[in-house]
Amino acid sequence: MIRERYLNGLVLVLLLAVPLWALINDQPFTITLATRAAIFALAAVGLNIALGLGGLVSLGHAAFFGIGGYAMGILAYHAQTYTPVMELPFVIEGTKSMPIIWLVAMVTSGTAALLIGLLSLRTTGVYFIMITLAFGQMFYFFSISWIAYGGEDGLSIYIRNDFPGLNTLVPINFFAICFTLLCLVLFINGLVARSPFGLALNAARQAPQRVQTVGLDPQRLKLVAFVLSGVITGLAGALFADLNRFVSPTMFSWQTSGEIMIFVILGGTARLCGPVVGAVVFVMLEHALGGLSEYWHIYLGALLLLVVLFARGGLVGLISGRAVAHD
Amino acid sequence: MTDPILATHNLQKSFGALKATDNVSIDLYPGEIHAIIGPNGAGKSTLIAQICGELKPNAGRIELLGQDVTHTNTLTRAKAGIGRTFQISALAMEDTVLQNVLLGAVGAVGSPWRFLFPVLADKLLYSKANDALKRVGLQGDAARRTSDLSHGQRRQLEVAVALTLEPKAFVMDEPMAGLGAEGSKTLTGFLNGLRDEAPILLVEHDMDAVFALADRISVLVYGQIIETGTVDQIRSSKAVREAYLGSDT
Ligand SMILES: Nc1ncnc2c1ncn2[C@@H]1O[C@H](COP(=O)(O)OP(=O)(O)OP(=O)(O)O)[C@@H](O)[C@H]1O
Ligand SMILES: [Mg+2]
Repeated sequence: MIRERYLNGLVLVLLLAVPLWALINDQPFTITLATRAAIFALAAVGLNIALGLGGLVSLGHAAFFGIGGYAMGILAYHAQTYTPVMELPFVIEGTKSMPIIWLVAMVTSGTAALLIGLLSLRTTGVYFIMITLAFGQMFYFFSISWIAYGGEDGLSIYIRNDFPGLNTLVPINFFAICFTLLCLVLFINGLVARSPFGLALNAARQAPQRVQTVGLDPQRLKLVAFVLSGVITGLAGALFADLNRFVSPTMFSWQTSGEIMIFVILGGTARLCGPVVGAVVFVMLEHALGGLSEYWHIYLGALLLLVVLFARGGLVGLISGRAVAHD
Repeated sequence: MTDPILATHNLQKSFGALKATDNVSIDLYPGEIHAIIGPNGAGKSTLIAQICGELKPNAGRIELLGQDVTHTNTLTRAKAGIGRTFQISALAMEDTVLQNVLLGAVGAVGSPWRFLFPVLADKLLYSKANDALKRVGLQGDAARRTSDLSHGQRRQLEVAVALTLEPKAFVMDEPMAGLGAEGSKTLTGFLNGLRDEAPILLVEHDMDAVFALADRISVLVYGQIIETGTVDQIRSSKAVREAYLGSDT
């Protein structure tokens, strides 16, 4: 337990140190990579609440990632074209303000998670995986057909959105925003895992019958976890869109869902910093091997296979030496 | 006479052609231990599952504290005061022993919707959980992982979780199974005192325990109650001996 806590600290310190080093050595691209890793980590922290704590194998988290992305894209697009998002029944203007965009991203992805959760939590196992996948694909095809916002081509946003008091165009500043949000969400995640809710959710995953016999509703616990999970992944989607200044249906694709799940499994399911480790390793491999071969996913696949076969607790479990997270 | 805490009336449940519960009427009065015995496959667990709301009966009625609960689910019945233990332990195996009883305490208090407050820092929950562990003799194992417990200890933990609920009626499916002589003796002593808190509907194969504890015994064979009576009545019943005890002891 102590070791895992140190490991968590170390991972975050490294994730902070690399862009600082890059800043000093004038390597802005490395800062962008670190930002990408932090945002992926955030998306995966979201999934980890559903998957790790709740045991909900969602292959549809791209839906929330994409909703967050399009929340940013749509609001910023209207702001840059000086057109209202809608006029009837009341006027909603676009915005370039990150906090407002985040809020909208979290509320919309949370609402979507509530609806998707209500329908898909009636099922378990493979059916749950398939239903969440299907919802993700619905959003994917809807975004392709949504010509008003670029359809297949997506939407470009010319200038990164604003954050009060910071020049977000400076890479390290935007990294700082993403990293701070990641740390904040991790902190909250740590609290939730130890709370009465976390305890009950954890039990609902392992022994739903037991949870019922103490008078708690395992389905409702899982639904709340799913919404929480969707909200966080939605926030990550908004940041990702801002990093690229671009949103496209790819954010909704099932490959995106798969990648978010890979971050979690690679790093360690139900480990607080598992998703962070997974996302960092992913971005490192993508950067190091992606240049060598278009088919770098082969190596990722091999690594994933090794982890699943020989390190059930993921990389974090492997290093901290415990197969199952305890608290 | 006082009213029963728990009662079934003409309960019926079939699995295809098999009548697993055949017109069963039993009741449980305050302060008593009512044992249900019967050979393997007699339908004891099926009966318990209907009483606790996991299985829907085909016909008949179930009453808890005078209320008809036949069409309510497990959750409602747990809240209404049924404290149940499983024949096959249903525990969060990856969690610690303490976490499992804490779950019971969270359920009893009905407050799972706190997200940022550490459960261990809640004095009320912690003391409830700790008391329950002490009472079943597991206080020394609080920090152990549940999957590391022996079979017997898991049985004790099942009982401890039920205790945290402070139920109106205990419904226990073979709490002694796999406990060993020493363990069943301890648990027998413990259950003996427990009846003053809430009556116990006890499914049990351990005849020494049943004869030591039960105020009344119902004998279930092929889904039917063939006899209900005191220990002496059951012991001396010819029908029971033929159908069950004779072949078993
Ligand atoms: N879900 C089910 N579907 C079909 N048959 C079932 C089901 N559950 C139980 N049965 C059958 O109903 C009968 C009663 O089973 P039950 O588990 O209630 O017996 P029991 O008295 O608890 O036995 P034991 O002493 O072995 O625990 C058995 O013949 C069993 O095979
Ligand atoms: Mg049984």
